[in-house]
Amino acid sequence: MSAAAIHPAPRARPARGTVLLAAAGLVGLLALASVAIGTRGVGLADLLAGLAGRAETIGQAAVTVRLPRTALAALAGAALGLSGAIMQGVTRNPLADPGILGINNGAALAVVIGVAWFGIGAASSYVWLAILGAGVTAGFVYAVGSLGRGGASPLKLALAGAATSVAFSSLTLAVVLPRADIAGGIRSWQVGGVGGATMERIWLVLPFLLAGLAIAMLSARKLNLLALGDDLAAGLGEKVALARAAAALAAILLSGAATAACGPIGFVGLVVPHLARLLLGVDHRWLLPASALGGAGLLLAADIAGRLIARPSELEVGIVTALIGAPVFIWIVRRQRVREL
Amino acid sequence: MSGATLIAGLAAGRRSRSARRRAVTLALAALLLGAFALTLMLGQSFTPPSQVLRVLAGHDVPGAGFTVGQLRLPRAVVAVLAGASFGLGGAAFQVMLRNPLASPDIIGVSAGASAAAVFAIVFLGMDGAAVSVLAIAAGMGVALLIYLLSFRNGVTGARLILVGIGISAMIHSFIAYALARAPAWSLQEAMRWLSGSLNAARIEQAGPLLAALVLCGGLILSRRRDLEMLRMGDNMAAALGVRVAAVRLSVMLGAVGMIAVASSITGPIAFVAFLAGPIALRITGPHGSVLVPAALVGAVLVLGADYAGQFLLPARYPVGVVTGALGAPFLLWLIIRANRTGGSS
Repeated sequence: MSAAAIHPAPRARPARGTVLLAAAGLVGLLALASVAIGTRGVGLADLLAGLAGRAETIGQAAVTVRLPRTALAALAGAALGLSGAIMQGVTRNPLADPGILGINNGAALAVVIGVAWFGIGAASSYVWLAILGAGVTAGFVYAVGSLGRGGASPLKLALAGAATSVAFSSLTLAVVLPRADIAGGIRSWQVGGVGGATMERIWLVLPFLLAGLAIAMLSARKLNLLALGDDLAAGLGEKVALARAAAALAAILLSGAATAACGPIGFVGLVVPHLARLLLGVDHRWLLPASALGGAGLLLAADIAGRLIARPSELEVGIVTALIGAPVFIWIVRRQRVREL
Repeated sequence: MSGATLIAGLAAGRRSRSARRRAVTLALAALLLGAFALTLMLGQSFTPPSQVLRVLAGHDVPGAGFTVGQLRLPRAVVAVLAGASFGLGGAAFQVMLRNPLASPDIIGVSAGASAAAVFAIVFLGMDGAAVSVLAIAAGMGVALLIYLLSFRNGVTGARLILVGIGISAMIHSFIAYALARAPAWSLQEAMRWLSGSLNAARIEQAGPLLAALVLCGGLILSRRRDLEMLRMGDNMAAALGVRVAAVRLSVMLGAVGMIAVASSITGPIAFVAFLAGPIALRITGPHGSVLVPAALVGAVLVLGADYAGQFLLPARYPVGVVTGALGAPFLLWLIIRANRTGGSS
């Protein structure tokens, strides 16, 4: 056999830098569209004036309202995409996603318990609660899913996650139900939306998102090693448990903070890394930034679509991402061979 | 040991096991009957058995006629029938897919039926039998969709479950959307479709529930032996002469039918379909069919949880919240145990 048959030439791909730049450009365009499009369209003149901080006409006022919403959608999308890419790397599992694994539901349950039982009203505490809930749930689902033969197989992880989210949403209902006073607010938060975004809320979660981003970028090279398998990574001198814990911390910070800001939004973390892998290959140093950009783009697009479909009212972004994401999930399941499940 | 004594020993063992299963089944039936009688007598006030019997016999009893005949009886009857449907249908799914986690409430079949019911009520303004019919169609449609989407050189349990999880996530977001659009949004009504409630139980609902339980239950029980064979794996069952695809299809039709009818009336009562089978299995032991005990366990669960939700807890909870909270720890124990023995996957 010739060497060429063993190492087939890599498929011709556009340069990775070009793809990232194009993705960044696309995110920028979507952000502009998200400010301009809505129940009331905004013309270019008003758009520019609104961006410059003026709010004299209705169009300019709409721009000032839509700015925080756009920023939140971009940030939360980036966080969710990134956290999905890390989770898929850490668990070596193509189906890992903060929504599928029940982590968003865990964060939601922690927030609801804090509000209902401990009377926590300050939004700044939401973030800590959500991150705590996300962390506990992630550890729990991973521990349950990796018991027994074969470690954390996609099927076991997905089942453990699905079962945990059914249980947690039941518990969330049990906590909320006797409290008619808080039920309305919690319900609208639980659907997963960016409609109620304010700049204060963004400033609140931003430090957590940045910390998660920094840890994620530092772990990119370690994730590449982990992808080789634990034994090989350890043989190459990597502290496997430490690397995995650091990466998991980043994923939890990101998904917890995103959930605190917008409620549980599913499937962004699942869809985006797969798309990024198709375009850029499996190197996490490229995959992570691409997933962040892709997540931002997807959530912006989903938010715009939600506003256009249900005019003059709107469809929450969490519902739109589920409608896009579930078919992708099924496509991934069908692509995998049964043995690998 | 000679061959003859060995065979005699095996036969004796089988006899004692089936005797045990019969005894356990009878005990469960007695427990269900007792619980049913108790829920008719107990409540905010106590009604003596003599009065309950007179109400059941159709006499006009002042006071008790309303509390027992109008309030407690419809609720208890719907609880028993829906619980049995969830228990039997769920256990059939679990046995067929050889995975205790593959119950219709986790793979989205009950959610599909419930979503159709919400859609019919909120957007089409339908009620009564029409809602049930639509829910059955949707439950069947979802099950068929899951089956077709997981078909690729045959259907494997693992792919079916994963596709079901994906579909179920989509359906849940649809229910959330529909509830957010409901014109007169009431928390009670929403609870029914999110986690199941008996607050809207009426005696007329017993008819369709009973019909579905008898028809679909009969279909499943007629395939009981083949279903037992499937436990050994598709290939082994096929080698023993079971037409695997045909059995799967008819069991799935039966289970989905009864679960869809029950979901369209009480909503998807959380975790009953999932819990009844494993609990029945623990009680009866690993040999023989678990289906009838599972139906009884399901009925007892719903009846007991509804009573607890109404009278034993500090606030009044719908039945689905109670079973959901009860189910969570059991579920965790089950996942851990199934994974440790390598039973799932």
